[in-house]
Amino acid sequence: MSTAVDMPRFVRAQQVEALPPPSLTRGPIAWVRENLFSGPFNTVLTLVVFYLLYVSVPPLVKFLFIDAVWSGTDRAVCRADMGGSESGACWAFIRDKINYFTYGSYTVSERWRVNIFFALLAIGVVWLLWLKAPRRDLGAVYFFWLFPIASYILLTGGNATFSGRFWLGFLIFGALVIAFFAFVAAILKVSLRPALIIGGGIVGVVGVTLALVDMDFGLAHVPTSLWGGILVTLLVATVGIVFSLPFGIVLALGRRSKLPIVRMASVIFIEFVRGVPLITVLIMANTMLPLFLPGDITVDRLLRPLIGTALFASAYMAEVVRGGLQAMPKGQYEGAMSLGLNYPQMMILIILPQALRIVIPGIVNTFIGLFKDTSLVAIVGIFDLVKTIEASRIDPNWAAPSIGLTGYAFAALFYFIFCFGMSRYSLGVERRLASGQKR
Amino acid sequence: MTAQTVQTAVIDPKAESAIQLIDVHKWYGEFHVLRDINLNVRRSERIVICGPSGSGKSTMIRCINRLEEHQKGRIIVDGTELTNDLKRIDEVRKDVGMVFQHFNLFPHLTILENCTLAPIWVKKMPKKEAEEVAMHYLTRVKIPEQANKYPGQLSGGQQQRVAIARSLCMSPKIMLFDEPTSALDPEMVKEVLDTMVGLAEEGMTMLCVTHEMGFARQVADRVIFMDYGQIVEMNTPDEFFKNPQHERTKLFLSQILH
Repeated sequence: MSTAVDMPRFVRAQQVEALPPPSLTRGPIAWVRENLFSGPFNTVLTLVVFYLLYVSVPPLVKFLFIDAVWSGTDRAVCRADMGGSESGACWAFIRDKINYFTYGSYTVSERWRVNIFFALLAIGVVWLLWLKAPRRDLGAVYFFWLFPIASYILLTGGNATFSGRFWLGFLIFGALVIAFFAFVAAILKVSLRPALIIGGGIVGVVGVTLALVDMDFGLAHVPTSLWGGILVTLLVATVGIVFSLPFGIVLALGRRSKLPIVRMASVIFIEFVRGVPLITVLIMANTMLPLFLPGDITVDRLLRPLIGTALFASAYMAEVVRGGLQAMPKGQYEGAMSLGLNYPQMMILIILPQALRIVIPGIVNTFIGLFKDTSLVAIVGIFDLVKTIEASRIDPNWAAPSIGLTGYAFAALFYFIFCFGMSRYSLGVERRLASGQKR
Repeated sequence: MTAQTVQTAVIDPKAESAIQLIDVHKWYGEFHVLRDINLNVRRSERIVICGPSGSGKSTMIRCINRLEEHQKGRIIVDGTELTNDLKRIDEVRKDVGMVFQHFNLFPHLTILENCTLAPIWVKKMPKKEAEEVAMHYLTRVKIPEQANKYPGQLSGGQQQRVAIARSLCMSPKIMLFDEPTSALDPEMVKEVLDTMVGLAEEGMTMLCVTHEMGFARQVADRVIFMDYGQIVEMNTPDEFFKNPQHERTKLFLSQILH
């Protein structure tokens, strides 16, 4: 019995044309039905959410905008007993104090310098973050070298007046650095020339930096104790972000190193810093750092929490980066090694670009956390934005019931704009990177 | 034509060895993966290595460019002995190309960048020249038009051909293939094998771990059968397939040549 004989034969002669989907799956009504009222449970949920929005949004809008007081010179406009309105936000307070919130107690006649700093910062950030910007390599040089020097000179006034002894010390130090590089080259048996170039380059860059800092530009000195507000918040956040990523990468690589001492040092640092609260780190940086240093060296009181937050963030960053390194398939290492790439080349060209790409959400998460954690520097007496608001809130000239709420609403808005910006930017980068290499 | 030259290839004592493995042993912890491997590969020799999984064949060829470390014995590649000296390892890797089962292309770089990366950074070749070399080899593996795509946009067979081109861009003296067709759809195996046959005909020294017995018959000078970390049998392909000596080889061949 042969079944093949009975089997009907069929050969398709033409390809079936693609048809448009049924109309019920498109259009606004279909969308509403599918997304809001697709079943009894979802319908209930939708209604509850609508009710909650109804309860919360209108009063908020009313407080922030409709009933708000926009202008005025003192508390009278925001107090009912003095003829003002106190049911809404007192934006007049923010307008009156905005200079304090931006610059802190920075010398009034010198505030233009801070404005230039903000502009330089904005240029640097846009240059680096705008992916199609021209010469982004120059942008990096600008942001990581020229901009910090310019900022330092602008904000403090520069003119560090280093002593001759200092320069002598620097010369000795420079010679030692170059000798160190030559020594490493000799150990690794690689050629001496690049090592000398790298060593000399580092010493040169540091030397030029110090010379610029030492130069007298005729700017009045503004001590860091006067700095405050948005200036300090942005400064601490920028320094933290800029230092935590490279430092975190180094720590993550160190933690995965085969050399036990390097690994142990990285593990101890990461676990210790992650194991204590930021406030502890800040207080330790503030009160204990001077104890470790020789008596005649004083670390600026703004620099201490700056270092503290940067170190704190880098420990978290290290773990984020390690997550990315862990996710890299072994084949990528082998592919790179089989081509003869050495360890630094393999890491910089192959592994890190991919590993960092995987952990962009985690990196940005850490950045956002760091940005908001900068408000904790207030604990060691630094006047960041929140602290300046806190200080203005008790100004008797502005004693009104809605002042506190308004101040914090302003702070919330400020932090939200920056954090949301970072979040959206990272999403954009992820999307852009993903489109190039879909698997 | 190649098959005949293969058979007439006799051992020429004057020819310098491309690769020498002398009494090589390797352990993974307590597990003895490679046991007393002795192998002498002449220049331009094509060797196919087969054997059941876990027999140590991949480990053996990965020892040749030091992706794996051997613990005993000597491995001499192109006159350079592999030791812990990192510089020597890099020297050897420059001359030894490797093609992997899972391609191991760099997904964040375009095909062209994949191919020019090592010449630019390892051989310090100018970018322009490296790109010309890369396009030359991409044309040879018949995919020059894909140069600006990313690996993820290519089929498995195309990716493997890129991987071969990427290795060739370093103008290696020796090519190692670690099951290059095992991860491919049947339709794509041929295009990769054709590329490898072309390479063999040009006189490249090749060590190839594969179960493509047709390929072994066509190009191999010697076929090696490994089991339990040892070389069990080594012979010319004709003898190997027609007249296997060892029981284990017979069993293996009966299972893969249906």
